[in-house]
Order: sequence, then structure tokens, then C-alpha cells
Amino acid sequence: MKEDKTDTSALNTATVTEHLQTVISVKNLVKKFGHFVANDHLTFEVYKGEIFGFLGANGAGKTTAMRILCGLSSPTSGELTVGGYDVYKQAELIKRNIGYMSQKFSLYEDLTIAENIRFYAGIYGLSRQQRKEKEDRMLKKLGLEPERDKLIASLPLGWRQKLSFLIALLHDPQIVFLDEPTGGVDPITRRQFWDFIYEAAAEGKTIFVTTHYMDEAEYCDRVSIMVDGRIAALDTPDVLKKQFNSEDMNGVFLQLARGATRTD
Amino acid sequence: MDRFLGFVKKEFFHIFRDRRTMIILFGIPIIQLMLFGTVITNEIKDARIAIYDQSKDEVTQEITTKLMSSGYFLLDQNLESTADIEAIFKQGKVKEVLVFGRDFSRKLQREGKADVQIIADASDPNLGKMLATYTTGIINDYIFKQMGNLHLPMQIEPEVRMVYNEGLKSVYMFVPGIMAMILMLISAMMTSISITREKELGTMEILLVSPLRPSQIILGKVTPYLVLSFINALVILGIGHFVFGVPIKGSWGLLLGESILFILMALSLGIMISSLAKTQMVAMFISVIALMLPTILLSGFIFSIENMPLPLQIVSNIMPPKWFIIILRNIMLKGVGMAYVWKETLVLLGMTAFFVVVAVKKFKVRLE
Repeated sequence: MKEDKTDTSALNTATVTEHLQTVISVKNLVKKFGHFVANDHLTFEVYKGEIFGFLGANGAGKTTAMRILCGLSSPTSGELTVGGYDVYKQAELIKRNIGYMSQKFSLYEDLTIAENIRFYAGIYGLSRQQRKEKEDRMLKKLGLEPERDKLIASLPLGWRQKLSFLIALLHDPQIVFLDEPTGGVDPITRRQFWDFIYEAAAEGKTIFVTTHYMDEAEYCDRVSIMVDGRIAALDTPDVLKKQFNSEDMNGVFLQLARGATRTD
Repeated sequence: MDRFLGFVKKEFFHIFRDRRTMIILFGIPIIQLMLFGTVITNEIKDARIAIYDQSKDEVTQEITTKLMSSGYFLLDQNLESTADIEAIFKQGKVKEVLVFGRDFSRKLQREGKADVQIIADASDPNLGKMLATYTTGIINDYIFKQMGNLHLPMQIEPEVRMVYNEGLKSVYMFVPGIMAMILMLISAMMTSISITREKELGTMEILLVSPLRPSQIILGKVTPYLVLSFINALVILGIGHFVFGVPIKGSWGLLLGESILFILMALSLGIMISSLAKTQMVAMFISVIALMLPTILLSGFIFSIENMPLPLQIVSNIMPPKWFIIILRNIMLKGVGMAYVWKETLVLLGMTAFFVVVAVKKFKVRLE
């Protein structure tokens, strides 16, 4: 399975370097909460179709940065574009072009699976016919057709997470933000979840994902590792491993995080 | 529009699928109304009294009969000695003892004066006071009628008429109060809880990342409660009018219009609370402590504002239900039109505007 992954990664990186189509551009992003500097001059770019891993210890500032890119929070300063739109002036356009899955579980437990899908399709302004199509396709993909009229509350966590992910993709966004999407999920489901992510990336969607799991970092095309509000390293997993002379991403991460002064 | 309807539909699913919400929405109003309308009452009915009659003559008999036939009192027993009085109070059933002095009628005839003592159990002060007042009233009435031919030197006979509620029925007072309380409960508490629930669950973030505008989200959350609150207002007015016979002398249109205004006020208050509170528990706590208790205590619903200490009278002015209750009583019992309630209406409008402005501002800040 791992070999599969390396192939995809190489392929993706190749495509990226050929076109270098930037979909997220961040220059000198600063976010302060009072005197606390959550994001200290972040600068990075994310390319179309890549899986961009956003790593860091708790409190390193990754969720803050992601919330800013999604329009849930506003930056203190810096130049930012998402999907080609300006974060300050074109927030509404950005919203139409991004999907978001938060760390918190975000489906309505007292609604059925089908109702949840229809609701989210509705707020993105999909037509009745589109909604019906999406609903059928999604249920089929998940193999949840017989369960369509069951309440979400009766669905195991792993399924809910997969459903949340597909719902974040409902409106065909260019970019999907995933905030620790696999927290608390068993390894098999996590693997399936990552298959979904590859599939979406293969369709040309850009995936911006934060994670705690270092094995997942290996699945990304490029990773950035945040320490104390700054980006301490940013490259492909292979280059980083060589650079830090480590066998796996865990080693890379530990070397970088050891210098951290901030923890939860 | 399609988006908005989808949102409202989802909100109704939440409401109809949650048994607790349904009970608060439809059970509590009716139970409250029934309780306040029948059980809790300021009137005296069949209060048990004992009589220690030391004369046992014609006049004391007549007074006793008159008391018993008034419907307010029930004769528990006749006492034989002063010692019995304390004993019977201690048992607790009897709330008042009437003691007629010796040679009652003879003294009354000869000296124009006779002794009767009213001893009331004031462990419930309101009841004790009321029993004493009612008894005195009946005795005085008897004396006036009997001694009509006596012609005292000078006599002022007040003629009392209780306008707007001739029967002094407490349900007339409670229906407007309950309506204010219920609408406050449903509109403010339920909306604040339902909005904070989305924050707590994390679904609010997903909504905010979607192309929906914050104002659309809020409107979508509030609309179902507006509809349900209005239905509740109709149910309360209907039960009050048709079951308890509370008159609605003024125009139904004005009454319902004012009710909608009050509901809007409460909804915006609920939105404001939800923008201050982070969790459902906090929202509920603010709603109950900051809204329900003052609504019950300081709005003139149960305790009249005129009898409160001055600082509390001033505080009562910022209680929206106070103004709504005044409006309701004026329209329902007095049958007046807009000309008489425009001031109170304006106060409610002002409050609504204030809450909306604060809520909008806070909601934006929260997005930072």
C-alpha cells in the first residue's frame, strides 16, 4: 500500500512542478490574539491538485491558520489569496470554492443520513435535481443506501467521518480544508479515508489537511511543519527525511518540535 | 429562497424530533395556564374556620349563617373554650377563629356596641390578612343592613365597584402574565439554546464556511420559533378566552400585532444571548436567571409593581414583559386601542431595535 502511495506522490509532484498553478498563496500571514502571536509571518503556496499536509504540535497555530484561510477568522496582517480570490475582499467568492471539514463532528445527529446530505446540498444552492443525483451517488459510494433513512446518531464514527468528507465535496469545491479529519478513527477506516482523499486529488481538487498522525504525513505530496507559530520546514516527505537524516516523518517532526517552547 | 426553506425545514426537524423541546413548546404553556388559572388563586374559597360563640343568641347565629353562606368559609367546628383556640390552630386545618363576646345581642341593643374577635393564622400572611378582611366585610355588611333603622348620627357609606374585573378573578391577571412568560421562554430561551447548540456541535463553523450569510443563518434559526411562538400565543389567548372566560374587549388584530412585536423582541433577545453564550448550558442559565425569574417577579405578573420598593420599581422598567403585560391588560380588559398603548409599544420597539443592534455587532465580533 505504501509503495502505491509513493508512486502517486511522485506523479502529483511532477504535475505540480510542470504547471505550478498556485491555488493558495500566503505571504507574511500574522495573526495575533492580544500579545499572543499565533501565526508569525507564515509564507507558503499550495498548488492545484496536491495534498498539502499542515503539521504541528498542539498550539503550534495550524488550526488558526486554517480558520483564516476558510474565512472563519480574519488575519491581523499579510497577503492571502485562496482559489485566486482575496481573503479580505472576496470572502464570499472563496466560500463558494472551498469545502471544509472541522475536527468537531459536523453532521446533525437528529437528522437522517439522506436529510443531512440534502440539507448541506441545499445551503450550497444545488438544484433539486442535482441534490437528488448527489445524494444517490454519495450513498452508493459509501454503500449506505439501505441506511439512508437512519439517523446519523446510529452511524459509527468512521462512517460519519467519511460522510462528512463527501459532504465537504458536495458542491465541487476547488480546495478542501480538512482539520484533523481522522482523529479517533481506527487504522482501517483511516486508510479508506485516505483513499477518498487521493480520489479527490486525482480529480484535480487541492487538499489542505492538518493531522497529528505522522504516518499520514507520508501520504501527503508536501508537508509544512509548524513550530511555535512559524513554519519550521516545508517540502516533500522524501526531501525532509533526507534533510533531517531520518527514516520516517516521525523523526523529522520530533527533531523540529524539540525546539518548541509552546505546548498546550 | 430554496436555501432558506431548506434551512427552516431542518430546524423544524430538530424541534419535532426532540421530545424535550416539544414539551417545552407545547406542554408547558398549557400546563402553566391550567395551573395558574385554576390551582393558584388569590381568591378565598371554602376556607375552614372555627367559631367560639359565648353568646349563642340570635344575632351571632345570623352572622354565622351569613358567613357560611358567602361561599368563602366552611365551618370546621364550634369551640367550647379559649384553650381550644390554640389547639385547633396547631392542627393547621383551621385558618381563622371567630370569637363572639358574652351577651352579644343584648350589648348591641343596649350599648350599640358588641365584641367580636377575629383570630387569623398568619403563618401565611397574605391568606390571614385576606380572611380577616373578608370576615370584617361580611360582619360590617350585616350590621349596616340590620341597623339601617338605627340611624347613627353620621354615616359614610362607600360604594365600591371593581371596574374591568368585577368578579376580581385572578385568571384575568394571570393570562397576560403567562402569555408574556411563555413567549419569553420559547422565543428567547429556545432560540438562544438552538443557536448555541450549533456552536457547541461544530456545525456552526460549517454553516459559516458555506455561502450562507450570517444573517441568513440567524433568520433560518429564528423563523420556526416565530411561527411556533405565534401559535402558542393563539393557544393561550384561546384557552384564556374560551375556557376561563377572560374577556377580549379590544381588537384581536391589535392584540395579535402586539404579540408579534413582543415575540420579535424576545427572539432578538435570544439571538443576543446566543452571541454572548458559548454553550447551551450558559445560554439556558442566562435565560432562566436573567429572564424567567425577573419576568415572574418584576413584571407585575404576580406582584404589583406599585407596591415594590422604589429601586425595584425602576429596575422593572427594563423588563420587557412589564410593558407587554400592560398592553395586554389594556387591550383585553379595558378594550382600548392604539391611542392608549402607543407608549408601551414604542418601548418594546426600542428594546427590539437595541437587541438586534447588539446581536448583530456581537455576531460579527464572534466571527473574528
